[in-house]
Amino acid sequence: MHRFANPTRFMRISAVLLPWCAIAAAVFVAIGLYGALFVAPPDYQQGEAVKIMYVHVPSAWLASLVYAVVALASAVALIWRHPLAHIAAESAAPVGAGFTFVCLVSGSLWGEPMWGTWWVWDARLTSVLVLFFLYLGFIALANAFDDRTRGSRAAAILAIVGVINLPIIKFSVDWWNTLHQKSSVFRMGGPTIATSMLWPLLVMATGFLFFFATLLMLRMRAALLRAKVRALRFGM
Amino acid sequence: MSSFSALVTRDLRLAFRQGGDVANVVAFFALAVILFPFGVGPDPDLLARISAGVLWVTALLAALLSLERLFDADYHDGSLEALSLMPVPLEVQVLAKCAAHWLTTGLPLTIVAPVLALVLHFDAAGYPALIAALLLGTPVLSLIGAIGAALTLGARRAGVLLSLLVLPLYIPVLIFGVAASEAAALGLESRPHLLLLAALFAASLALAPWAAAAALRQALE
Repeated sequence: MHRFANPTRFMRISAVLLPWCAIAAAVFVAIGLYGALFVAPPDYQQGEAVKIMYVHVPSAWLASLVYAVVALASAVALIWRHPLAHIAAESAAPVGAGFTFVCLVSGSLWGEPMWGTWWVWDARLTSVLVLFFLYLGFIALANAFDDRTRGSRAAAILAIVGVINLPIIKFSVDWWNTLHQKSSVFRMGGPTIATSMLWPLLVMATGFLFFFATLLMLRMRAALLRAKVRALRFGM
Repeated sequence: MSSFSALVTRDLRLAFRQGGDVANVVAFFALAVILFPFGVGPDPDLLARISAGVLWVTALLAALLSLERLFDADYHDGSLEALSLMPVPLEVQVLAKCAAHWLTTGLPLTIVAPVLALVLHFDAAGYPALIAALLLGTPVLSLIGAIGAALTLGARRAGVLLSLLVLPLYIPVLIFGVAASEAAALGLESRPHLLLLAALFAASLALAPWAAAAALRQALE
């Protein structure tokens, strides 16, 4: 892994990978959308509104996955002091906040016709909302210092504190109130969701994953170039 | 141990010499609680119903209000740098700071809370659980708050940032604190909630000093 921590090598490899990731994202999302909108059957209770799921669920998965990426990159940055890991964490966080926001908004749009309300103080919704604020805190802390490295390190510590706290918050919120349906894909004894609905969902999730990889590389490249410009301009 | 108590005594002495710190926290707590009857109306049943939640939320905010002074003065006058050169590990110093912070916020809040509970018509049966929950929960607020206070040292607009970082992490304490107080007031078993609060206390006692000390180290670099 240390071999890839070299910014120059990263720039070279990412330049090759970036277009392929972008194409993969577009193809998977296109197939997933076709499957979701034309192949998958409407739900017998929820009708066509169930198709919000194909955006809602992948963004919910990505929201938690990206937080794990941020925390992992932060840990790597603090332990081995790779500057690239700081850049990865800070580039991933706004994308993760975006996925969390999409998850909240699509959930709200889905909840209105299904539950008859835009928002309920249900356990899963509330944990995602808290996750959104954890992202905001990370981004705000990373940008709160005149000295950028200071901000990066503080935010990295916060990400690790957050990842330890997330299960505790999740548990306590579950304890506090539970309307959201239980997870129907990842469970003991296999998924309870029909195959015709499952495959577009998984294809969409893969597309989202490639989309995240594309954005992450794009943002990291931009951050590296920005640092280079700053170094050239101020001779630091 | 003697250096630990010396550190606690130093912080307490500073807090009392400067004066007003404890009084401000308690005054804020009382005022914020008193605003609620104006906001929701003087109906005793309604007030009794929301009293545990109101007390906990305002106690949380009062504790948050005083967090900024945890390391800030020491950081700006350079004594934090001097303290970090002591043979005592920074983690122990963080614990001492948290102990002093709790003695000047958490403890006064716990003492005042029953009086304010009376004003909100909180059910008499709930008092022991409310006090026990506050005694277990407020140290967690100081410990988690220490991480936030250390992380935001020297940041721009540190106060607002601190609340953004710390408040989401306070949610478990709020949930179990209110649950314990309400369960007792409704004549239910409050023990499981108190045990969970105790678990939160134990976990934060073990983990928070490491995180806060790490944050202090990179602030001092």
